[in-house]
Amino acid sequence: MMAFLKLLARNRLALAGLIVIGMVVVLALITPLLPLADPDVTDTPNRFKPPFSEGAILGTDHLGRDLLSRLMWGTRLSLAMGLAAAIIAATIGSAIGIIAGYYGGRTDNIIMRGVDMLMAFPYILLALAIVAALGPGLMNALIAVAAVNVPFFARNIRGITVGIAHKEFVDAARLAGMRDREIIVAEVLPNVLPVIVIAMSTTVGWMILETAGLSFLGLGSQPPQADLGSMLGEARSALITNPHTSIVPGAMILIIVMAINLLGDGVRDALDPRLKSGALSRPMPATTVDRQGAVPAAKTESLLDIAGLRTEFRVRDRLYKAVSGVDLHVEKGECLGIIGESGSGKSVTALSVMGLVASPPGVITGGAVHFDGKEIIGAPYEVLRSLRGRRVAYIFQDPLATLHPLYKVGDQLIEAIQSHDSVSSADARSRAIGLLKSVRIPNAESRIESYPYEMSGGMRQRVGIAMALANNPDVIIADEPTTALDVTVQAQILSVLSDLRRERGLAIIFITHDFGVVGQLCDRVAVMYAGQIVEEGPTAAVLRNPQHPYTSRLIDCVPTLGGGQRKLSAIPGLPPVVDNLPVGCAFAERCDKAHADCRAGPVELVKTEEARKTRCLFPEVVSERSA
Amino acid sequence: MTEAIKLTGLSKSFPVGKRLFGPPKAMVHAVEPLDLTVKIGETLGIVGESGCGKSTLAKMLVGLLPPTTGQIEIEGAVLDNADPAIFGKRIQYVFQDPISSLNPRKTIRQIMEVPLRRLHNLDKTARAARIREIFAAVNLREEFLDRYPHEFSGGQAQRIGIARALAAEARILILDEPVSALDVSVQAQVLNLLADLKKEFGLTYLFISHDLAVVEAVSDRVAVLYFGAIVEVGAARDIFANPRHPYTALLAQSAPEVGRPIAAPETAETELPDPMSPPLGCAFNERCAFASDRCRREKPALAADGSGRDFACFNPLAASQEDG
Amino acid sequence: MTGYILKRLVSAIPVLLGISVIVFLIMAMIPGDPATAILGSYATPENVEKLNRDLGLDQGLVPRYFIWLGNMLQGDFGRSFALNRPVLDEVLDRFGATLILAGTSFVLCSVLGIAAGVISAARQYGFADKAITFVVLLGISIPSFFLGMMMILIFAVQLRWFPVSGMWPIYGDRNLWVLMDHLAMPAFALAVVATGVIARLARSAMLEVLRQDFIRTARAKGVHERRVIWRHALRAAMVSIIPILGIQAGFVLSGAVYIEMVFQWPGVGRMLVDAILKRDILLVQGGVVFIAACYVLFNIMVDVAQALLDPRIKT
Ligand SMILES: Nc1ncnc2c1ncn2[C@@H]1O[C@H](COP(=O)(O)OP(=O)(O)OP(=O)(O)O)[C@@H](O)[C@H]1O
Ligand code: SF4
Ligand code: SF4
Ligand SMILES: [Mg+2]
Repeated sequence: MMAFLKLLARNRLALAGLIVIGMVVVLALITPLLPLADPDVTDTPNRFKPPFSEGAILGTDHLGRDLLSRLMWGTRLSLAMGLAAAIIAATIGSAIGIIAGYYGGRTDNIIMRGVDMLMAFPYILLALAIVAALGPGLMNALIAVAAVNVPFFARNIRGITVGIAHKEFVDAARLAGMRDREIIVAEVLPNVLPVIVIAMSTTVGWMILETAGLSFLGLGSQPPQADLGSMLGEARSALITNPHTSIVPGAMILIIVMAINLLGDGVRDALDPRLKSGALSRPMPATTVDRQGAVPAAKTESLLDIAGLRTEFRVRDRLYKAVSGVDLHVEKGECLGIIGESGSGKSVTALSVMGLVASPPGVITGGAVHFDGKEIIGAPYEVLRSLRGRRVAYIFQDPLATLHPLYKVGDQLIEAIQSHDSVSSADARSRAIGLLKSVRIPNAESRIESYPYEMSGGMRQRVGIAMALANNPDVIIADEPTTALDVTVQAQILSVLSDLRRERGLAIIFITHDFGVVGQLCDRVAVMYAGQIVEEGPTAAVLRNPQHPYTSRLIDCVPTLGGGQRKLSAIPGLPPVVDNLPVGCAFAERCDKAHADCRAGPVELVKTEEARKTRCLFPEVVSERSA
Repeated sequence: MTEAIKLTGLSKSFPVGKRLFGPPKAMVHAVEPLDLTVKIGETLGIVGESGCGKSTLAKMLVGLLPPTTGQIEIEGAVLDNADPAIFGKRIQYVFQDPISSLNPRKTIRQIMEVPLRRLHNLDKTARAARIREIFAAVNLREEFLDRYPHEFSGGQAQRIGIARALAAEARILILDEPVSALDVSVQAQVLNLLADLKKEFGLTYLFISHDLAVVEAVSDRVAVLYFGAIVEVGAARDIFANPRHPYTALLAQSAPEVGRPIAAPETAETELPDPMSPPLGCAFNERCAFASDRCRREKPALAADGSGRDFACFNPLAASQEDG
Repeated sequence: MTGYILKRLVSAIPVLLGISVIVFLIMAMIPGDPATAILGSYATPENVEKLNRDLGLDQGLVPRYFIWLGNMLQGDFGRSFALNRPVLDEVLDRFGATLILAGTSFVLCSVLGIAAGVISAARQYGFADKAITFVVLLGISIPSFFLGMMMILIFAVQLRWFPVSGMWPIYGDRNLWVLMDHLAMPAFALAVVATGVIARLARSAMLEVLRQDFIRTARAKGVHERRVIWRHALRAAMVSIIPILGIQAGFVLSGAVYIEMVFQWPGVGRMLVDAILKRDILLVQGGVVFIAACYVLFNIMVDVAQALLDPRIKT
């Protein structure tokens, strides 16, 4: 609750809205106590007095009634009506929505058909019909506005409830012995409540407008009683001669509704957890670069050389150092594996190369990437764009999410080709078919017309690979391309990749967390932990004689087929969170060889053997394992 | 009675294209009628690829999904899912996604108390004492009790999930991919914890996973599921080394292994059949190198071969020559 | 696609029936004897008897509904006693004016709203975004009838750019230019709220889509950013914007009631309000059913547009 208020207060516009609406509400509450003229007493001789006249600060209306007094009483009534309508509609609508969403099936179907019918009316028609039947009047207008809004709440809340009712914690509650009614109250409702509050706070303003509208039409509050809508309605005939009688109530509605909307947006932002992390910001076309210190030179002559790369995420007051000083290089035609646990910075390293890290919140704060001898971090957008896909291509993890759902795969391939090569569509199309064939998609000519959702996971990933090949790139960066797939399909995809690589002399950076895959596919491997490379070397050597304690213990953790039923060796503890890294060795907390020196200061990645590097003060002795 | 779980003819079909009234347009058979037993104190592993019906089977076992046909016996008594408070004490479930199985708006203590209160009617002090015991058993610190689920890592959340299942005091646990959301270094911790708990409390596990190596490491026996049906059952120690069913063999050869060269174990570039139009005969026939005409007409039934192995195939691979 | 359209048309039948039931039930809530209520000041004994005979008002609810439905299906929506002419004639006379007003506004708010939303999202937190966000907030907070009145004051009375009200001049030619001159203010006033709503939703739909993986894929392919926004992102965002357009069309039709009052536009909305105040029940009933039916048909067009856009919808 406190956190919520703090978040709300942080939003200046919402705070302004809160203050304004707070003042209006207080004034409305104390209206009966104020020394105001009677709002309903007519005084025709004094009609249409202009504002700032004596005895009537805001002037008088067409019957000589004091406008200020009517405004205050009218505001009071309008606020009460809007709020009452919102509460009634929210309560009934949410109850219907929760029941339909939770029980699902036929209950849901029947309720929602009814709701759909109500929503098939332009809303005011329903309200007019209700008022027509019940007769014009304040209460009837209130009923009409509330009734018309029930379906909106019902539908909205049902959607949320369906999502929650299928969450695993609901199943867990059932297995813990809870019954439906208890689950609705104790498990579902607390999760739906914020949404109800959001829906209410964003609709109260709307409800005030609607009730005012009915009164404006003469169907709501009846004379002499004033609400803001009826004041405006009565003033309409004198609009041209005495505009102030219209402007006063109209401006008041505007102020109230605007304040409520500002506040409502603030409430929504504060309650919606996705907004809390700043996640709803749009990623820029290229990652922001904010390099401190000198740009390092390339350490090797390789095709792609990453030197001292640092990438951070700046989220509110936190700083996540996802990648802190990575040196990597890949030669022409070579396959480099990057292996590490979740969150170790593999993807961020890979995405940084072509400036694809989501930004905000990502920022590249140091290091250099040399491609073919040229430095490309911080290169102008057009330079990056022409390299992307043409010289350096990517394959991503989840092929369903990474292909555009609404375009045919053929069109997506053709687009990839035409982005860098001005060829005719017919040529591009035949090239696309060729690409599909090269990744062994059966019936390529007809498959080119398929949408991604019509394909299986493996076929989609083949399309992803074909797309990466579209412009004959020099380097392919594959970020866990087979993790989302089943083992049998993974085997098919790996064989496709490995054949293509040999045929085309591609350099591949292959990211994975599976030692088996690295062992089969990669020439060299780099092991990442907490945003740094901790060990690097030829795959066979690293896997056989790991030098860093982390590598060695990680290999032991992984069960391999054929080992039989057994106890596994585990690494105690958890990887460090990258917003709070220790000064010394990041693995020290979990390492059984840790020494005071390890924690004293940064440990460097040093060469231990020909072509091997390790970031450890006490590397494992080779003979330990080779036995 | 030595059977913890006994399934006879258990199956589940889902209607697709539901209408408001009248029958649905089609049925998808998520689990074909199957028979299976799990002995008391045993760990039975179930492997299969995504969509083969693993979770559907698991959910039926704990009463979260009503079976279409067949019967489930738990410790000799037929499962009656009318009252969650009764079967909750006999069989419990550990979920795949540890975070989403905990209600984000409840503290860990509130979550832990539900089964104790609902299933065992313990009073407040008894509940606190019991929670302390269970937390000690799963190596969790008591200070975690007053925190909310989002403050935990996947591994910790999964321990909490296991603790909740233990609180029900069921002797049978269904573990539905309990470590597949976890990192390898944490995965080993949780697997070892499960092994310790089993010994300490004499539990029976049904362990579901898509990772052959993990299943082999924890199970006594393994059942291989393909397209909603069991295709092979046998002792964990040799089912992958000496598979009889071609699909088991394919799985075993597909698992990436250091030192084995990459080569696609299948020549056909095909995947799972479409559940809306299942193939005639053996569901595996489109991918199978040994398929004969009979395979395209008839469905093979699961049958024992006498050596403790059951498989469903007309042209099985040769039994091993017992290589020592 | 033709099959899909037919299917949607057929599925509209139960909705239309549902609408008629809802309207019928609401009207059945009128307290007292229905014939007297409907006739109001025209309730002579002969009239009451005739109405009871024609509409079966002395019978139970169910037969009454079917008599009413049967009449409507034959094009007989009843008779307005206040205007002394068939309801359908009156509604059809007025419907054209509403269609011109609401249709123009709808096109206006769709185009402006989507464009504003996309620009706002593409320039998130930039000046354009802030300006658009503020204008949009103002737009959704101002009552359309008040806006209309202020526009009359400023643009018609003070600046004399547009005529104060009405659809046609009392004297003079009736051509397109004259119509546009009269239409400009009401159409704009009516479009403001819906533009704001659409712009907001379009902005958040775009922001949602821009974070998706397939946008990163497009960028990784080297697709130009302009194309990423206007092709990849907008196309995907349209899937959630189009249903909003359908709902907003309902709001535009609703808002037309106020705008027709303010600008003296001779449409159905004004007719309905007058009818309610005069307690001309049959005119209200007929008018509501007629417009609701048109709106249902419009929503079928929205569904078809959605199906054309999203191949995942089974056609
Ligand atoms: N958008 C983001 N906002 C904030 N932090 C982020 C963001 N993306 C990544 N991070 C942080 O960067 C670190 C590295 O993440 P990265 O995705 O590179 O890991 P990974 O090694 O690829 O893991 P996985 O195996 O799960 O793919 C993580 O600790 C994560 O918290
Ligand atoms: S530097 Fe020290 S703590 Fe770090 S891995 Fe090496 S031995 Fe362990
Ligand atoms: S039954 Fe036939 S098709 Fe099926 S697995 Fe055996 S050999 Fe292959
Ligand atoms: Mg990653």
